[in-house]
Amino acid sequence: MNLPTLESINLAASLPVLILAGWACLLTAIDLFISPERKHWTAWLAVLGLLASGVALGFEAVAYSQRGAVSAFGDMAVVDGFALFLQGVFLLSAFLGILLALNYLPRHNIERGEYYTLLLFTTSGMMLMAMAADLIVVFLALELLSLPLYVLSGFAHPRLDSEEAAMKYFLLGAFASGFLVYGIALTYGGAGTTLLSGVVEALVGGGPAPNPVLAIVGMGLILVGLGFKVAAVPFHMWTPDVYQGAPTPVTAFMSVGAKAGGFAALLRVFLIAFPATGDTWGVVIAIIAALTMILGNVVAISQSNVKRMLAYSSIAHAGYVLVAVAAARYPEVEPLAVSAAVFYLLTYAVTNLGAFAIVIALERDDGTGVEVEDFAGLAKTRPWLAIAMTLFMLSLTGIPPSAGMVGKFFVFQAAVQASVGDPLILTVTIIGVLTSVISAFYYLRIPVMMYFRDGEGQANVQPALGVALALTALATFLLGVVPAPFLQMARHALLTLAG
Amino acid sequence: MDGLFSIVPLIILAPFTGVLINVFFGRKLMPRRDSVAPGVIASSMAGFSFLIAVLMFFALLANPAGAEVPVLTWINVGDGDFTLHIPWTLKVDTLSSVMMLVVTGVGTLIHIYAIGYMHGDIDEKAASRGLEGEEALDFKRRRYARFFAFFNLFLGSMLVLVTANNYLMMFVGWELVGLCSYLLIGFWFDSPEKNEAGQIIGVLNSSAGRKAFVVNRVGDFGMLLAIMLIFWSFGTLEFDDVFARAECMIEAPQAECLTLSAAELAPQGEGEAAAEEHGEGEARALTTPIALGPFAPTLGVVVTAITLLLLLGATGKSAQIPLFVWLPDAMAGPTPVSALIHAATMVTAGIYMITRSNVLYAMAPVSGMVVAVIGGATAFVAASIAVAQFDIKRVLAYSTISQLGFMIAAVGLGGYIAGIFHLATHAFFKALLFLGSGSVIHGMEHGHHHAHGQGEHHDAPHGEDERPFDPQDMRQMGGLRKHMPVTTWVYIIGALALAGIPPLAGFWSKDEILLDASLNSTLVYILLTVAAFFTAFYMGRQVFMVFYGSERTEAARHAQESPPVMTIPLIVLAGLSVVGGLINLPVGGLHPLGRWLEESVANAHIASFNILVATISTVLALVAIGLSYLLYGRKPLEEGEADPLYSTGPVFTFLNRKWYWDELYAAIFVRPYNRLGDFLANAVDWQFWHDFVHDRIIADAFQGWAAILSRPIDLGIVDGAVNGVAQLVESTSRSLRRVQTGYVRNYALAVLMGVVAILAYLAIRFLV
Repeated sequence: MNLPTLESINLAASLPVLILAGWACLLTAIDLFISPERKHWTAWLAVLGLLASGVALGFEAVAYSQRGAVSAFGDMAVVDGFALFLQGVFLLSAFLGILLALNYLPRHNIERGEYYTLLLFTTSGMMLMAMAADLIVVFLALELLSLPLYVLSGFAHPRLDSEEAAMKYFLLGAFASGFLVYGIALTYGGAGTTLLSGVVEALVGGGPAPNPVLAIVGMGLILVGLGFKVAAVPFHMWTPDVYQGAPTPVTAFMSVGAKAGGFAALLRVFLIAFPATGDTWGVVIAIIAALTMILGNVVAISQSNVKRMLAYSSIAHAGYVLVAVAAARYPEVEPLAVSAAVFYLLTYAVTNLGAFAIVIALERDDGTGVEVEDFAGLAKTRPWLAIAMTLFMLSLTGIPPSAGMVGKFFVFQAAVQASVGDPLILTVTIIGVLTSVISAFYYLRIPVMMYFRDGEGQANVQPALGVALALTALATFLLGVVPAPFLQMARHALLTLAG
Repeated sequence: MDGLFSIVPLIILAPFTGVLINVFFGRKLMPRRDSVAPGVIASSMAGFSFLIAVLMFFALLANPAGAEVPVLTWINVGDGDFTLHIPWTLKVDTLSSVMMLVVTGVGTLIHIYAIGYMHGDIDEKAASRGLEGEEALDFKRRRYARFFAFFNLFLGSMLVLVTANNYLMMFVGWELVGLCSYLLIGFWFDSPEKNEAGQIIGVLNSSAGRKAFVVNRVGDFGMLLAIMLIFWSFGTLEFDDVFARAECMIEAPQAECLTLSAAELAPQGEGEAAAEEHGEGEARALTTPIALGPFAPTLGVVVTAITLLLLLGATGKSAQIPLFVWLPDAMAGPTPVSALIHAATMVTAGIYMITRSNVLYAMAPVSGMVVAVIGGATAFVAASIAVAQFDIKRVLAYSTISQLGFMIAAVGLGGYIAGIFHLATHAFFKALLFLGSGSVIHGMEHGHHHAHGQGEHHDAPHGEDERPFDPQDMRQMGGLRKHMPVTTWVYIIGALALAGIPPLAGFWSKDEILLDASLNSTLVYILLTVAAFFTAFYMGRQVFMVFYGSERTEAARHAQESPPVMTIPLIVLAGLSVVGGLINLPVGGLHPLGRWLEESVANAHIASFNILVATISTVLALVAIGLSYLLYGRKPLEEGEADPLYSTGPVFTFLNRKWYWDELYAAIFVRPYNRLGDFLANAVDWQFWHDFVHDRIIADAFQGWAAILSRPIDLGIVDGAVNGVAQLVESTSRSLRRVQTGYVRNYALAVLMGVVAILAYLAIRFLV
């Protein structure tokens, strides 16, 4: 066993995470000195932290383009294109998450500085997750990601449904974490190491593996733990209740960040392990993908609460990303599938945050106003809002000119390539296309409401929210019209085993 | 200095920023009725673009080779054998720089002019629909901001067109300017007034916009086919690569040239020398076969097809025979629009495109001849029509078509420098004339209001010729020289420049075209010379009718000079019309523009000055002006007096009715199309398909069947089954809902069941 050296720890490579986590700790203390009516200062300080982390990330990206991937913490973490791309998505989502909350919290009388610090903590957890190359780090990152989210879900705490959401999320999250730890333990028992590269070696049979089967079973339990985070069927049941109960900005951020965080680990763990276990886990993931898409889309139809509808929609979208994961088991498809998955996560992030921004605009101070009927007549009273919402709904459905269409296109492209000679993936792909047709039914109901039904169509767009809306709408449109530059970045989002 | 090229994207960014500002905040920027903020913003954006264009000019002085500045990758698909890579890369070279300077320079002046003009125009429109107070203010806010948003959008789009480095991006700009043209022609689509024939003006305006759009579609269709053919033959759309590969294919087989890029060819320079060597004397037979699906036509055929299809595109946008009919109607737009889009810039896109494609045209002598003849014929036909028009703007519209014909003829004959030269000078003096006519219209409208505001009705006693007031009808003007001195003088300068009187700008550029024509094609030379004669005549006629003699209406009597915001751009443009010829002065082998363009136009040649051609054209112009003086100047028209040209009878009617082109198209295309549509809609769709097939066959038969099916079969068997399924779905749904109980323990159970399922799968896999 080599002792860690300064070089093998390579703090510089993980600078974006370190900055964010460190700033979050500091900000917790600073926040104590900011008077209650000035909590927006905390928000802007948090944005400052995100900005600093973003700058560091930029330097990392430049360095990556020159020297390729590097590892940190003695191979327990790796900074590669995949990690950098997703870290960018997390930072962007966190920034938008703050913008969404800036006016929401005071309006609902729940403005406390902890919101912003907790947001920074969970974001640093996600970023760590993206670079985790060791199962212990995966677990660490998952907990760092989850615990602040449990608190955030209950942030509106005099409100019962918010407390209920937090409680449910916490209990079930703990339950799922248990499986994850157990899975890691089994894998360790089977492979003799928690390093992903080591696990793969053991599975392929090159290393001194006591029991590969045990490791494969362990990975099944890891799949359960991560499947819970991304809300894949049948580990999804917490989603509607928590999404509906949590304060809307939290829901927005959670639906995007936590999901992408879960996928960051899922992609890295399973894609690295696929060469050895593809025929086992490829089948399971494909089936889960199919179930997730079907259930999410079908049940979403019968929802009348938009937050709940978006929760089922979020389940459905996890299914589409899982299709890409399943397709990635074939080495020749893998690069395309990975870039499709991360690009999909990016498009989903901007679109969904935008959709939630509209929900926030419509939500009244008592938490009502988020039924589908509340959208009636919006096109007359708030035409720009209606256009933006229509764009988001088109994007979620996957209709041009929107980001969602490009994202779906690449996922299905990867799936179709993988489906040559694999009837299961072919079936899953067809299910994916069919269910996205179904999804049009519930997504497009909202534009229909806005444009063809009479109603009061009240909305309250405050400045920060307006900025967030403009940014997300513009991004949704641009990603749909000129996706090339971002795809180029996603193409570089390659997975590296270890630096 | 080369680093300077990299700021060229700003030239497009600035006007588009102006669009965004005016779309989102334009209305808020107009607190009062006389606010000009949207116009100032749009004008300063245009001015900023002009500044960038000037900087590009200096950068090119230092490095005439220019640069290609990548902005982003637009399309990038395929790998291996087939790739399609379309970047949005801005091309800065001497040719595009001339276009940038003209577009932004003239554009800025017209933007400034429009600040004043649109104020008056919108007030007038608001008054005519009876809006007052807050309503009128709101109307004005919306229209003023909208106008400048569109205007900036046009400027940005035009710059997209001229800076493109490939055909597809050029096509994007091509379509964008078409869209802006459509939007601005129909700017007053909702005018409620009626004209003498009782038609609603708004409807006429919007159908003028539609006509422009539809006619341009025909040209765009050709352009698109040409682009596809270029891609198919040469495997790329980037200008330099297309031309390099096309020249390569003269000698080598197609496959060898397909990977070639311009950059690889440039250093050796032999190809160029070889091309010149061959270029002398007769055209070569281009026999290299080009693979086009099942066909393999020769290179010569393909290039001829491409260039002819491109020409079709140019005839649409640059208003040439057979597609010129949209441009006169396009005068329905506000006058600054006519000046900027339909005289100075957009309509010259065709000339620019052909000049850009000069390498291809050099390889297709047949196409070149077709281009030249079409240009010459257009110049002649349009000039003859202009002689017999009464609407001040329509005269200018036909004049524009005619002058565009000159340019097209020039580039068709290989006189690219002459064509671009005339493009630039024409932009100056035609913009000047249009803006001058706008000033006249503005003054007339003012006079009309003034006269009526005082309750005078002097028009009435004068009798039988009771035309309704039309501020654009030259018969209602006269004597404006006394009321609008500045406008008069700049207008006369513009008219003399257009007529080709030395030493004004138009003389030099037109002379160069005539010179090229006299050397290459007698037919074209004759057509153009006659057209030049007509040009001088109709301009003389217009000036005498509008500015000289006595006022023929009350409105003319009360006409007033326009404000400085309008007259200053006019004076600047007048100055440019006087000295514009300097940019390509042929004296002493100078030819600055020629030397400039040689850098980027491979087939440019510099024509030397020919005193004979110059003398003939000058003498003809003077004679024509003299003739117009005899007819209109010596004894000016009086109120109600008919135009002396009426005495020519049918000839005049023929010209006044524009050679019956519109009637011809109506007979050949529009009416048959309508009849076909009528037949398809009424006979085929309604009577046959709906009444017979649907109602008779399908519906009746269906009802018959239904009668049988509904009672015994449906009620009995099917309903039973359906109700059963429905109950099943309902109960499934109920049980599904019961799954989502809200109880954490049940959710945990679901997770556990998932775990069990996965473990069971593993057990089966590994144990069985």
